[in-house]
Amino acid sequence: MILFKEVTKIYAPERPAVDNVSFGVEPGEFTSLVGKSGSGKTTLLKLFLREEFPTAGQVMFGEQNVHEIPDVRLPEFRRKVGMVFQDYKLLQYKTAYENVAYVMEVMGAKEEDIERDVMEVLDIVGLEDQAEQYPYQLSGGEKQRVAIARSLIHRPDIIIADEPTGNLDPYHTKDIVALLVKINELGTTVILATHNKDVINKLGKRVLTLEDGKLIRDEKRGRFML
Amino acid sequence: MLTGFKRIVRSGWEKFARDKSSSGAALFTMVIVLSVVAALYCFQGASSFFVSSLQESVDISAYIADTASSEDIEKLEASVKALPEVKQAEFISKEEALERFVNDHKNDEVILQSLEVLGQNPLSASLNIKARGSEHYPAIAEFLEDPSLSSVVSFVDYRDRARIIERLEKLADGIRGAALFFIVFAGLIGVLVAFNTTRLTIYSSRDEVEVMRLVGAGNWYIRGPFLMQGVVVGVFATLIVLLFMFPAAMFLGVRVSSFVPGFDLFQFFASNIVWILLLQLGVGIGLGVFSALIAIRKYLKV
Repeated sequence: MILFKEVTKIYAPERPAVDNVSFGVEPGEFTSLVGKSGSGKTTLLKLFLREEFPTAGQVMFGEQNVHEIPDVRLPEFRRKVGMVFQDYKLLQYKTAYENVAYVMEVMGAKEEDIERDVMEVLDIVGLEDQAEQYPYQLSGGEKQRVAIARSLIHRPDIIIADEPTGNLDPYHTKDIVALLVKINELGTTVILATHNKDVINKLGKRVLTLEDGKLIRDEKRGRFML
Repeated sequence: MLTGFKRIVRSGWEKFARDKSSSGAALFTMVIVLSVVAALYCFQGASSFFVSSLQESVDISAYIADTASSEDIEKLEASVKALPEVKQAEFISKEEALERFVNDHKNDEVILQSLEVLGQNPLSASLNIKARGSEHYPAIAEFLEDPSLSSVVSFVDYRDRARIIERLEKLADGIRGAALFFIVFAGLIGVLVAFNTTRLTIYSSRDEVEVMRLVGAGNWYIRGPFLMQGVVVGVFATLIVLLFMFPAAMFLGVRVSSFVPGFDLFQFFASNIVWILLLQLGVGIGLGVFSALIAIRKYLKV
């Protein structure tokens, strides 16, 4: 379980980026974080990934306070999380296969395991035929599928998707959201940060709404209301 | 472990191959530094050979007074041989000296006729002495020039050559010092260029580093390839320098042997190739890794 307990993050004193936010996410849950740009969505995600430290409060993952994890154990913690970014962050000089395989290499997996798992996960995202394509040869939707495959390959407990449809047209947006729902149905917790109204309204899942760093709404089957 | 190391090596090589301009600049500077190191090594070999061959040719000749008795000569020879500084002492009688002189000038009619005209042996008997090292010659000369031996020793021939050796040694030391200064200077430039290469690579790899951090790569898995890039620069610079040194040693060998007779530069280079290779690798990899480490500590936050 992920738990944010009265978390505050202040960059500039006159305007906290996150202001006394508390919520929890159960294992296997699909939760959307919505809000305008600058509402604190990305800061919350960075706090969870321990890219940032809170000014006050605690971020828990299970029994562990994320910000008390020793540096040497941080890689181990991050291997439990898969990240999907708006700008994909694919390595341009690697093929789709290599971009996904790279994560397993970093984790020290054997070549034969890498080959088997990468093809399996490319199959899940529907890119088994594009494995040898470089990012510049793929469409936006396909790049995001590679990014999702990369986030899945090490079988994380949680997938965090930060504006994954921000650069996509409506057709590909629908496609990517459907993929995230499918991953969630397979048992992985998904946290989706977005400001795409249509996506949220069609999902019918839990929605946390942020405004000026404050959590103003938490609904089980929420809608985008800003 | 081994798989991880292989991947770090491969990734370091990829970084080196991808950033051609900055890798090329680092490689070029490292080649200059290592060329100076190799040249200094060869210079050291040539100067040592030259000085030691000069030292080999040095001896002290104590010319014996014609009035000296054979007992005095035997005593002198015994006491010289007893000196700890003396390696070898050979007595050459007047007759032997004449014989050697005639033999050395057997084709010079004028000298041979002059000897006949003289009607007597003009040469003195001598004691030719070799010391254990060039530094011992002053002490042996001082012993032979002692007033108590003036009735036996008429003249000691040594001082002029000693000064030449001393000057040559000083000159060689001076050149070595200047070359070392140049190596340090070029080494600093090498470190600076390699440091900037790593910095640029870190900058151009920032997305990759971010992805690596977020997928849980360990610190050394992220840092290793940048260090490996420094190693690759060092290894390649060494290979390039060695590749150029072989023909250069062949080409310059004739010129060097006209300055240092008997010294074969190519032979020296070939027989010391392992040491030169180790020295080059040590300096090249050392500088490459050192500069990469500084850049990583400063710019690569993991």
